[in-house]
Amino acid sequence: MVGEETSDEERAELRETLGLMDPIHVQFSRFIVNASKGEFGISYQLRRPVSELIVERLPATIELVVISALIALITGTLLGVYTGINRKGFLSDFVLAVSLLGVSLPTFVIGILFIYLFAVILGILPSFGRGEVVDLGFWTTGFLTVSGLKAIILPSVTLSLFQMTYIIRLVRAEMMEILQTDYIKFARARGISENSIKYKHALKNGLIPVITIAGINIGTLIAFSIITETVFQWPGMGFLFIQAVQFVDIPIMSAYLVFIAFVFVMINFIVDILYYLIDPRIRVKGDTASG
Amino acid sequence: MTFLKINNLSVDYQMRKETVNAAKNVNIEVNKGEILGLVGESGSGKSTVGNAIINLIDEPGKVSSGSVILGDLNIHENSESIVKYRGNKIGLIFQDPQTSLNPILTVGEQLIETIQTHLKLSKEEAKNKSLNLLKEVGIKDAETRFDNYPHQFSGGMRQRVVISLALCCEPELLIADEPTTALDVSIQSQILELIKKLTKERNLAVILITHDMGVIAETADRVAVMKSGNLVEIGETKEILTKPQENYTKSLVSSVPPTNKKISRFVIVEKENSDKKENNIKILNRWTKKVIIDQDLVQIKNLSKSFDDNFFTESSKNSVMAVNDVSFDIKEGESFGLVGESGSGKSTIAKMIVNLFKPSSGNIFFDNVCITKIKQRSELMKFRKQIQMIFQDPYSSLNGRLKVKDIIAEPITLHNPSISNIDLNNYIYDLLESVELTQKSADRYPHEFSGGQRQRISIARALATQPRLLVCDEPTSALDVSIQAQILNLLKDLQEQLNLTILFISHDLPVVRQMCDRIGVLKDGKLCEVSNTEDLFLKPDHEYTKELLRLMPKIESIYN
Repeated sequence: MVGEETSDEERAELRETLGLMDPIHVQFSRFIVNASKGEFGISYQLRRPVSELIVERLPATIELVVISALIALITGTLLGVYTGINRKGFLSDFVLAVSLLGVSLPTFVIGILFIYLFAVILGILPSFGRGEVVDLGFWTTGFLTVSGLKAIILPSVTLSLFQMTYIIRLVRAEMMEILQTDYIKFARARGISENSIKYKHALKNGLIPVITIAGINIGTLIAFSIITETVFQWPGMGFLFIQAVQFVDIPIMSAYLVFIAFVFVMINFIVDILYYLIDPRIRVKGDTASG
Repeated sequence: MTFLKINNLSVDYQMRKETVNAAKNVNIEVNKGEILGLVGESGSGKSTVGNAIINLIDEPGKVSSGSVILGDLNIHENSESIVKYRGNKIGLIFQDPQTSLNPILTVGEQLIETIQTHLKLSKEEAKNKSLNLLKEVGIKDAETRFDNYPHQFSGGMRQRVVISLALCCEPELLIADEPTTALDVSIQSQILELIKKLTKERNLAVILITHDMGVIAETADRVAVMKSGNLVEIGETKEILTKPQENYTKSLVSSVPPTNKKISRFVIVEKENSDKKENNIKILNRWTKKVIIDQDLVQIKNLSKSFDDNFFTESSKNSVMAVNDVSFDIKEGESFGLVGESGSGKSTIAKMIVNLFKPSSGNIFFDNVCITKIKQRSELMKFRKQIQMIFQDPYSSLNGRLKVKDIIAEPITLHNPSISNIDLNNYIYDLLESVELTQKSADRYPHEFSGGQRQRISIARALATQPRLLVCDEPTSALDVSIQAQILNLLKDLQEQLNLTILFISHDLPVVRQMCDRIGVLKDGKLCEVSNTEDLFLKPDHEYTKELLRLMPKIESIYN
């Protein structure tokens, strides 16, 4: 916050106003009280209130995470169902082999490879930033401009790959297990059509654990987005956080971490409710079997 | 009039190294209005035949030859055509009602979907048909139950739902694969009655696949006996059960515990190797022989156990009493039987005696010492050594990552840490030979053994500490009837020679009659009556005991 020519008096005064001279427990309790009110102080680096910065950066991260979660869930489930049903065959083997790559390659390597391929060699997609954004007052979105839509493709695919491969493998394992169960065999014995067996009877049961895992993983997506945002210079919270780490900008870091913790708790709460709605065995726990 | 005709049906499983013939040239005919029993032990191919009729065989198995004629249709002409007949002409019921219904669809949804697959009915018509069906199979209050999920039904009710699903498109052939094996005796008799009634009313042809000779005797008109994929014998039920022609059938029938009399040993016709008579004595030398004292070795006084009392809500009003004020004594040297249906609390009592559960109230005395009040670990160990347990499932009660010798050595070294290696090995060999296993088995892992052999390992492990009381919780329920006979014989021999006291827990009344001197009957955690075995079977006092005895499937019923 201070430059070369700041005098010692000014430095001392600034320390005083920031409360850095107080004992640690006073500073900490002040932090707790303020944090519970949603006030995280002023960024040392940018000299603006942290809450303002977070709100400014939030839309970029949320858009990125939502898009990559959708990509991961939809493609992951589709490919998982496909490989679970067609266990042998070229396409299944291919998908599984690629999914292994997705699990083992770190996000930043994939990101850099994508930039090299699509931005440098082919030159069809931008290599960094959000493109043009439209300001809706409370929210800035990149969905309304062509450059914004183009810009989100690479980072969101990069971010989704790890989760997608995870979901592919989970759905595949679930489908394979469920297709062996007695109730699927009984449905076959009743002559229910194969399509109904696969997509109504088996898939519905197979998605129950996927919802739990996927929900928790959306939290992980936000956490992973730090790396992706840095690689693609995406102006989101993760990028903000990395910059804050370099400048030891504690108010931003603490605000970011509290926010992430809050998101994790909320997502788990929502997942539990979803679980309750989807699985009748949990829903009617109070009812005892009768008759 | 022959309705179903199975000609030379063979099923092969193409494995990596060899081809396994799960069924070999099976010929069976079934008439309308007739129940054909298909019996055999596990691995005999009886379920394979049932599934092969509608070509529902798991990979890599396939029907390799033969034809199935239903009426005048050859339904195995091509694999497409069989699918059409599933559910429509042929209904199938599986063993376990807990797992054969889709848990996240309501009963109604499953019924309507099945009906609409085969019959051109509107949703409303399909619903009416389903409601009538549910009433027909004996589900009260069908209108509200229609929208329930499978887990809201009890086991017996669920099997009724399964039957209604199998019958909803009016098939002419019903294949029931062990339909009552997972059910309690009282529910079993209801379901069998229902199947008999439907057979008559709808003029169905029924194939009833089961391992239970008692069920066959009471329901089947004709029986087919299978062994390792071959049809051994087929004929009228009475003929087969009373005058079996083939050796295998003879041994199968003689292994069934009779319900009407007590025999000293099971006759085992087909014994694998007959030169094992001088066994058993081996561990007798090591046994610090206990002379039987005329006393009550175990005294159970006002024992209760409820499962949801915790720190905050001690004995709340809603808590389920798994065991409710039970008192009985076990004399030293006797076999005491505890019988009851699932949920009657019999296993809970066993677990409290071996101190795996703490009683909510009441006391257990062992050798005149109250073992429920012991706090010190070292004191408790003295009793743990004297009380050992054999569990029901030989597959999950042995640690699959330990060699057999390590499994047996563990209790020995625990109670006698100073034992030398040579001594330990010899002791293990003696134990193994006492339960009729070879010394070589010591270096193998549990998965290399069959169910019966594993149960022998469990027995050897239990004997390793030289216990005075052996608690056997359904020790043969997971085993085939001929293996059951061998294990029960072994237990009898061991008890006689080693002066063991046995607490024998079972739901199987004929087995209990063969094994026990006295019997206690449990219902919903309460003890109904305790009496000498023969008295209990000949003149039961309690209404519930009478009911159980009346419902138990009797192989002898065929003589009347």
